[in-house]
Amino acid sequence: MSEINSNLFFLFKNMPLLLNATLTAILLTFASIFIGMVVGILITFLRIYGSKITKKIVFAYEWVLKGTPPLIVIFIFYFGLGKYLNLGPFLSAALALGLRSSAYQAQIYRGAVLSITSEQTEAGLSLGLSRAKTFMIIIIPQALRLSLPGFTNEFTIVLKDTPLAYAVGLVEILKAGRDILNQPLTQSITGGDITGTLNPFAIFLVCALLYFLLFEVFSYLLHFLSKKYEIPGFVTDKETK
Amino acid sequence: MEENLLIIENIEKAFGSQKVLDGVSFKLNKGDVKVIVGPSGTGKSTLLRCINLLNPPDKGRIYLQNTEITQLPHSKIPSIRQKIGMVFQHFALFNHLSAIDNVALGLIKVKKMNKTDAYEKAMFELKRVGLDQHKDKYPAQLSGGQKQRVGIARALAMDPLLILFDEPTSALDPELIGEVLQVMQNLAKEGMTMICVTHEMGFAKSVANEVIFMEKGKIVEQGPPLKLFTEATHPRTREFLSKISELYGESEKK
Repeated sequence: MSEINSNLFFLFKNMPLLLNATLTAILLTFASIFIGMVVGILITFLRIYGSKITKKIVFAYEWVLKGTPPLIVIFIFYFGLGKYLNLGPFLSAALALGLRSSAYQAQIYRGAVLSITSEQTEAGLSLGLSRAKTFMIIIIPQALRLSLPGFTNEFTIVLKDTPLAYAVGLVEILKAGRDILNQPLTQSITGGDITGTLNPFAIFLVCALLYFLLFEVFSYLLHFLSKKYEIPGFVTDKETK
Repeated sequence: MEENLLIIENIEKAFGSQKVLDGVSFKLNKGDVKVIVGPSGTGKSTLLRCINLLNPPDKGRIYLQNTEITQLPHSKIPSIRQKIGMVFQHFALFNHLSAIDNVALGLIKVKKMNKTDAYEKAMFELKRVGLDQHKDKYPAQLSGGQKQRVGIARALAMDPLLILFDEPTSALDPELIGEVLQVMQNLAKEGMTMICVTHEMGFAKSVANEVIFMEKGKIVEQGPPLKLFTEATHPRTREFLSKISELYGESEKK
């Protein structure tokens, strides 16, 4: 009983730290996904409409990023580039996870873009839009809608990869949990009447629960978005074609 | 020199080893309605797509308002396409946009018109094709005939010099063809310059100044519709025209 009490006390006392860490994890996820989306869309365009050489370069980019453990990419940005440019842990992690995600997002978008009939592009071009504008105004809004299931998946993968930033000292959820565990007992127990040791199980289960909550919330939000931006008959129309 | 709106000079186009257009030439004046007929696979659609440079020709020249458009740098091509409307066989409406947004898009993004004016103009064009009641519907909520009329309104909104129609009624159910042909006939009577790939002979007879019969990438015969229908010189033309008159006989009565 007293052990449970001491664990609860611990968690309660460290709530601000955990909440801050959760916010950091959310920001890191958003930053990474955003970088991944911008670069991913650019890559999709180049992969489909680029010259032969461009296509090869873009293919190599995807290939390298998909084949490298993300932790190494984080280290390259933090320690490797750190020699010349101090990006800090957050930006290093956001760039690394973002660029890795761009390779996967590009794959998702490419599938969706290729499923949209070429007549859509031709209709855009016929109005006098440039190829790039046709892509951004006509194709991408449709492709993103078709990409939502894959995108939701990618989003949760990035979310669950944010603990990798622990390795460069970013205080995200896991690092916060570890820090709480490392606090000297004397500092933690101020009430005087609480004794016993802190159970690592408790703190890591709380960390896991926080990720799971975020996962649920974002899955729900993305589902809500897909409903909000649903176009009457659009997806079923594609299925019958 | 006579002021031709469009001059096609000896254009050729091949896809791989397949020669699709083999020296096609004709001229178009303002207000002309030309109907192109011919068996499938003879390059009729490719000819239209050469004109708006979706598939630029391999050889030959095209002049729009006496300016050659076949040698232009890539960056100039959109400004040419803007002047040439295109209506597609399968409508090609932007699936993610409502009818009015489909029509207004070119005005806002290409002509840089402000939104109020663009929607006013789009509404005017939708009225012109009789679809102002359906302005907020998405393509999937419209019938084929309505989709094609939105497609025509979208082309019209850009105030093009001419409109290319690529088999505009061949993907439609028979009972929906009439409403689209009606819109096209009205346009022709209002003086719109049009090139139509279509097998609707009733339409050709009522509004075309010239019918072009194409086969295997070449123009076999061309002339005023009545002349071509009654006294075609080429036996292949006679054979083809009598065949499609049989098939499309009903729409002639309209």
